[in-house]
Amino acid sequence: MSNRIINLLVPVVSVILGLLVGAVVMLVSGYDPIEGYAALWDGIFGDAYTIGETIRQITPYILAGLAVAFAFRTGLFNIGVEGQLIVGWFAAAYVGIAVDLPKIIHLPLAILAAAAAGALWGFIPGLLKARFKVHEVIVTIMMNYVALHTVNALIRTVSDGGDNTGKIHPSASLRSDFLENMTDFSRLHYGIIIALAMVLVMWLILEKTTKGFELKSVGLNHHASEYAGMNVNKNIILAMSISGAFAGLGGAMEALGTFEFISVKGGFTGIGFDGIAVALLGANTPLGVIFGAVLFGSLKYGATNMPNAAQIPEEIVSIIIAIIIFFVASGYVIRLFIERLSKKKEAK
Amino acid sequence: MEHVIEMLNIRKEFGNFVANDNITLQLKKGEIHALLGENGAGKSTLMNVLFGLYQPEGGEIRVRGQVVKITDPNVANNLGIGMVHQHFMLVEDFTVTENIILGSEPTKAGMISVKSAAKKVLELSELYGLDVDPHARIEDISVGMQQRVEILKTLYRGAEILIFDEPTASLTPQEITELIQIMRRLIEEGKSIILITHKLKEIMDVSDRVTVIRKGQGIGTVITAETNPNDLASLMVGRQVEFKTVKGPANPTVEVLDIKDLVVTDFRGIEKVKGLNLNVRKGEIVGIAGIDGNGQSELIEAITGLRKVKSGLVKLNGQDITGNRPRKITEAGIGHIPQDRHKHGLVLDFPIGHNIALQTYYTSPNSKNGFMNYATISKKANEIIAKYDVRTQGDHEPARALSGGNQQKAIIGREIDRNPDLLIAALPTRGLDVGAIEFIHQRLIEQRDNGKAVLLISFELDEVMNVSDRIAVIYDGQIVDILDPLQTNEQELGLLMAGQSKTAIKMKKGDSKHV
Repeated sequence: MSNRIINLLVPVVSVILGLLVGAVVMLVSGYDPIEGYAALWDGIFGDAYTIGETIRQITPYILAGLAVAFAFRTGLFNIGVEGQLIVGWFAAAYVGIAVDLPKIIHLPLAILAAAAAGALWGFIPGLLKARFKVHEVIVTIMMNYVALHTVNALIRTVSDGGDNTGKIHPSASLRSDFLENMTDFSRLHYGIIIALAMVLVMWLILEKTTKGFELKSVGLNHHASEYAGMNVNKNIILAMSISGAFAGLGGAMEALGTFEFISVKGGFTGIGFDGIAVALLGANTPLGVIFGAVLFGSLKYGATNMPNAAQIPEEIVSIIIAIIIFFVASGYVIRLFIERLSKKKEAK
Repeated sequence: MEHVIEMLNIRKEFGNFVANDNITLQLKKGEIHALLGENGAGKSTLMNVLFGLYQPEGGEIRVRGQVVKITDPNVANNLGIGMVHQHFMLVEDFTVTENIILGSEPTKAGMISVKSAAKKVLELSELYGLDVDPHARIEDISVGMQQRVEILKTLYRGAEILIFDEPTASLTPQEITELIQIMRRLIEEGKSIILITHKLKEIMDVSDRVTVIRKGQGIGTVITAETNPNDLASLMVGRQVEFKTVKGPANPTVEVLDIKDLVVTDFRGIEKVKGLNLNVRKGEIVGIAGIDGNGQSELIEAITGLRKVKSGLVKLNGQDITGNRPRKITEAGIGHIPQDRHKHGLVLDFPIGHNIALQTYYTSPNSKNGFMNYATISKKANEIIAKYDVRTQGDHEPARALSGGNQQKAIIGREIDRNPDLLIAALPTRGLDVGAIEFIHQRLIEQRDNGKAVLLISFELDEVMNVSDRIAVIYDGQIVDILDPLQTNEQELGLLMAGQSKTAIKMKKGDSKHV
């Protein structure tokens, strides 16, 4: 079997296996798997509205995935995407509310603010790693908590003790009547275009620019990079900042598109952590991240229909989604299995 | 005499590439059989076939006369075949015994009984004169002893046939002598040995017969006593090889590198270079002779900007470059073939083409307005690949996939192509075969003849004496003497390297005259 066919076959077989095991879980717990999966399907592709909402859900996943993947390609583990996304969310919302400008200035300004806030949240762990050799995993995890509680405090400050910043000015919004009308008044917004553009940006940086060459080189072997005259520390800081900027943009999607405000959070959004899985599912390549985000976003959003339409409890739904993703992530095992099978056939 | 192993007409292909083509190797009981070939000739492939890691496309393997199919390393183990790998497969935090029993732990009521294993390890160690402490931790013992642990591992598993893969690559001369004694002892006890190597001296010292392979083809088997290093080298490379490097006299002119009172510390802050003075002129090769650890690494890293200078002065073409960043130093006109090609020389997961551009990726035409021009990089890389005979599938192949010699040729091509005023070559031929060594020595001499300065650092006396125009002996962080290679000998050099003062050596010479 050619490599290309195997490459296509692996994800398909993985998803089918995941669905099968998920069906077993539903059967064992006394629910009808056909009804369950029908509800999942409807939840994703049922009508224009759900399709719009699914795409909306995929948008921040793409950016969170890019953030993790970019850091990974430059030899860094950015576990702080969650925190960078939260500060980005707040920064965009704040700029959206605090000033009132023409859209052509206001919207880009709010987006840039989110990217800058995320970049700052990535810059700090980068600096600490470059300067004091503190491992970025520890710092980024801690920065998540700092982000969560700082942003909560800031929301209360700007809203005079309230738990919600209130709505952004329309001039900073990514919402679009056109997209809403097309999708039966879903919250689909122009953010998806930004997310896809960022996919291109990441590819451009890594594969085309001189800086990208350095960033990858430092990530793969910092001794050789230093020998070749690259500034290893600067590159580490830059890589973390760019990664953080992607994550911050993920926050802007929520601030300027989905919600148009930010409210006090009891806990993490989970998008940043899921971004780790999105990136790994996509093998840390820009295109792969789209695939990972589509899978994650669709399942996450579609699953919300399962309790309503098929009376399957949310807990069971979470288990099923986890199983499907687990099988996709175990693609390596499935690849091995397919290769063995085709080898045996050839031997015969 | 009976053959314990016969590999007959073995053929192994990787896609379109034939790694082994019709190779036959017959190992007699109780002999040391050397397998000789250049880097990438197919030695390791052949042994991996024997060890069950690869399945051959053709030919058959017989063990003690029986045709066998070795499907995986466990089958090889059960047939009494053991492999001592070049890169040791040991767990640093475990003791010697724990490493040896790893994978076949003896258990008593579900608990590992290390005690009985340790006893057996000690017995084996004494029987073969290996002198290994079963309770020592791997991280605490020397490289030579780690290798003996690998040998014990195979013996513990009942190996009768031992394959040694480049066993002397990382050993000191002293340890090599010990290893040769151990191999002889193994033969006395009835074991048989296949020795994979490209070092002719070892083959002449220890082997009974030699099978030569070249570019994947079996060239033949000869009896060691009936051959000589020259013939073996020609068989291996396929042409006559010059051992004594041919070169004309040097015409040194102006000073390129000037080092004054240089002091450099290591990572613990201990002084490794202690007020060193040295100069290198255009048109000469200065060789630094010394035993590993006398400050050579720190000296090179200080010159090239990879390590901080504590005090002193480094001048290149009269310009002070002390403590500059590596890139500034590189651009000032230094080329550097680093001591550790995997650590500093290459980004192993980058394509070899990117690696060839590692020093020039940011300059025009490779990079313009912040964007890479991979087409010119690829074109240039292919030029260097062709000019320096780097054997690779193409400039897109990851550097990791190339053999050591070809990786080194790519680095040398990269550094020389920039035509630096000073070329620093640190252990440029470590681990390479005679063909590649000859090639690299010629390139260094070519640089010299083109009026450039070359600073060579080597632990091999032969290399220093053959290639250099002046020999600077380093001992304890200082240049203790500068010698003319034509007027010195290995003995004098060896004594200076060991820290004997020149007067002491002269007195000794005087003594021997009187006696």
